[in-house]
Amino acid sequence: MKAAVIVFPGSNCDMDMQHALQLAGMEVEFVRHTETSVAGFDLIALPGGFSYGDYLRSGAIARFAPVMESVKEQADKGTLVLGVCNGFQVLTEAGMLPGALKRNDGLKFICRPVALTVENEQTPFTSAYEQGETAVIPVAHGDGCYFADDETIAALKANRQIVFTYQSELNGSKEAIAGITNERGNVLGMMPHPERAVEALLGSSDGAPLFDAMIKHWREAHAPAT
Amino acid sequence: MLLQHEPAPETIETKEVYKEMGLTDDEFLTVKEILGRRPNYTETGLFSVMWSEHCSYKHSKNVLKKFPTQGEQVVQGPGEGAGAVDIGDGQAAVFKMESHNHPSAVEPYEGAATGVGGILRDVFSMGARPVALLNSLRFGPLKTARDRYLFEEVVAGIAGYGNCVGVPTVGGEIQFDPCYEEKPLMNAMCVGLIDTKDLQKGLAAGTGNTVMYIGAGTGRDGIHGATFASEELSEESESKRPSVQVGDPFAEKRVLEACMEIVQEDALIGIQDMGAAGLTSSSAEMASKAGYGIEMNLDHVPQREKDMTAYEMMLSESQERMLIVVKQGEEKTFKDICAYWNLHAEIIGTVIEEPRLRLTHHGDVVADVPVDSLAEDGPVYSPEKQVPAYYETFQSQPTWNPEGEVTEDWLTSLLQQPTLASKEWVYDQYDYMVQTNTVVAPGADAVVLRLKGYDKGIALTTDGNSRYIYMDPETGGKIAVAEAARNIVVSGGVPLGITDCLNYGSPEKPEIFWQLDTSITGMSEAAAVLNTPVVGGNVSLYNETAAGAVYPTPVIGMVGKVEKLAHITPSAFTAAGDRIYVLGETQAEFEGSELQQMQMGAVSGRPPALDLEKEANRQHQLTAAIQAGMVASAHDVSEGGLAAALAESVMTTEGLGADVSLDMHAELLFSETQSRFIVSVKAEDAETFESIVPEAVNAGIVTADEQLYINTTDKALSWRVQQLREVWKGAIPCMVKSKG
Repeated sequence: MKAAVIVFPGSNCDMDMQHALQLAGMEVEFVRHTETSVAGFDLIALPGGFSYGDYLRSGAIARFAPVMESVKEQADKGTLVLGVCNGFQVLTEAGMLPGALKRNDGLKFICRPVALTVENEQTPFTSAYEQGETAVIPVAHGDGCYFADDETIAALKANRQIVFTYQSELNGSKEAIAGITNERGNVLGMMPHPERAVEALLGSSDGAPLFDAMIKHWREAHAPAT
Repeated sequence: MLLQHEPAPETIETKEVYKEMGLTDDEFLTVKEILGRRPNYTETGLFSVMWSEHCSYKHSKNVLKKFPTQGEQVVQGPGEGAGAVDIGDGQAAVFKMESHNHPSAVEPYEGAATGVGGILRDVFSMGARPVALLNSLRFGPLKTARDRYLFEEVVAGIAGYGNCVGVPTVGGEIQFDPCYEEKPLMNAMCVGLIDTKDLQKGLAAGTGNTVMYIGAGTGRDGIHGATFASEELSEESESKRPSVQVGDPFAEKRVLEACMEIVQEDALIGIQDMGAAGLTSSSAEMASKAGYGIEMNLDHVPQREKDMTAYEMMLSESQERMLIVVKQGEEKTFKDICAYWNLHAEIIGTVIEEPRLRLTHHGDVVADVPVDSLAEDGPVYSPEKQVPAYYETFQSQPTWNPEGEVTEDWLTSLLQQPTLASKEWVYDQYDYMVQTNTVVAPGADAVVLRLKGYDKGIALTTDGNSRYIYMDPETGGKIAVAEAARNIVVSGGVPLGITDCLNYGSPEKPEIFWQLDTSITGMSEAAAVLNTPVVGGNVSLYNETAAGAVYPTPVIGMVGKVEKLAHITPSAFTAAGDRIYVLGETQAEFEGSELQQMQMGAVSGRPPALDLEKEANRQHQLTAAIQAGMVASAHDVSEGGLAAALAESVMTTEGLGADVSLDMHAELLFSETQSRFIVSVKAEDAETFESIVPEAVNAGIVTADEQLYINTTDKALSWRVQQLREVWKGAIPCMVKSKG
């Protein structure tokens, strides 16, 4: 399975994402923001960080990067897209996921491991978790308060697009939303950092099933026809 | 074009304009002698900033020579952007600590942010990728709105910059004391990793080679920052707010990534950060170190503002800029790298044979001075020293003992003192996990990072109890080094080296210089015995206001090697049933303690004694036990004594308690006798542990009931762990919110 990690100026979890994807067994290439094609990959990962310094608004400038056009095209074709933290913010700014991420309620950056509930285990990203399972995965963000209007929230619920929620109040997110998919289910954005939770040595390996699930999904899609 | 009027050379002398820039009469005369004429305005600026305490160490140079700087582990000693120690496998840890006290006192957010930016550049200009940031902070006790503002904004500035650049802020320490009211200390440390063979130096060598300017543009911010940092703070300091630079972490991240590519190029001759004194210090130092000169055309310096003068460009401390020297004809390689990262990369000069710094602007030569006179041959002073009256009194006064009956409240109150209280409120704002190497997170005695691809790690800490140093600089200096080493050892590391940040008042006052000189004697002795050479550091003097100087506050930043990941040892107890040992006897040493500060509102007397041989011996025994796999947890006993250390051992792990019996009076629980440790050991390892550490006394057992019981010869004390945890964690958030 081949993964692309998009590198915007100011991305700073690009190498962490590469490390986690490689540990899971994927081949990884960095793709710079100036590239115009990101075709030929099975997964496109938008890493965390402060693309363009978070100037203007988190993710607001990155959505205009040349590479984003191709990211959208590939997503439309069904390629898996994973946006973590700043990657999630870029995906909402680019209109690939509904809603927006605002400044945390407490107005301070928050970095700590948090307990998440897996709300939907039937996605290409979560099939290695149990429904309702608790996963302890770190957050590290200043702008992680998920917001969408009531209609959008209702649609997210109806389509089971809410994938992860926080178990206790963290940043003011509506419905305690930590991660959502698009309607089709192939684009996941989440504020917590699963790539920081793939080795027990660092405190938690609860993020590993997310990477395992993507590989399982790819294997199933590429199973020899019988 | 609007031309600013700069005083003519004659006016500079007759109207003593040089004094405003920080030069003394004698120093100005020396400049005249060096040049054989009167300096012009720009040249006066160059000398004043390079001869400021901040750049020249003129008051401290002689005493800094006492530090041991050699050792087989030393890869790079003092003199470059940062020091480096060998960590095996051909790799080195590159590290340095630097102060940003004055800027943080005036404009705390930007002051702290740019402190982080500067120390990052010191490390990556050596070619090393930064892997960790630490800091050491001092504030007033959060009782005034101003102190709370300084505290909140400094923390926010550190977070805002470090988080964005993507280097984890993994730890540090914070102390609070009335002596830091209005004059906070902000010391930032950075640690980087490099293959030793790739280590870079700041050299401008080879006649005809090209001098290039890389990074963000130059503005009028930070002009004379280094000079500002070499004066006492006063009412007028507020007006020096323009001397504080403004940080742009996004630019820093791009400069960092560009530099990581640049240092891989063979055509690179030398690279240095434009830190304090900006373009002046980087060019003069690079040329002086290499034995060459530099000719620069300031017309080519990227400028953010219109009509900047030579003086302004040379003295600006705009952030996120580097100076590099590259082989003539190879400039394009570097321009291309910078173009991708959207950074300026301009050819601004040439290396020349003649060891002079020659500047042209609009076709005129605007400065022409010998480089060594700026970088090397600045004045060196041996200030007078005098034993302060307070010290004589402290030495001769009757011994202080705690007042009243020991109760459970003593510990709960101590845990709410800001110096002892949990710093979770602080590090919750720092991204301490980015780069995914943080094995032991902030809050432990030392932080431990693993090195991807190896079964090893590095342990990092910052430390310095200034109360002890104020009371007795020599003993206090020894304790600062010993405690840093203890922190490394209990975490499973072997101490390798030190970077220090020396924060004091005005060295021109004999009592202050005595503190500086005497504390360096103590630190040097401990560094020699514990085999932790000083490989770099920084001096920050003039930390005083009309109300007085800060306590002498040298901060020790220490790096250790964790030889195998299995050696990593937590500070807190890990499992019920483990045996608890106390290593080191306890004396009645309450002077300078957190308890004395709490009960009396001030410290006085003599700090705890320290026997360096005993210290080294215990550290070695404990290391042997840890490396043999016989230790479940280890924690050093410091502020708040055994009572606080035991509480810390149970508060951070949910579901544990302890039942301890000690053969001592209850008040001794709060003594701060040095060289003591609390260790927990699995029952099956107890015998082996005791054979390796025969001095350790079995004092009790880790329990599963979330209660802390301490039985002494006169009292049976007990606490609910949950209650201790609540007051300990709640103290700082509560103080920050108070409106008093």
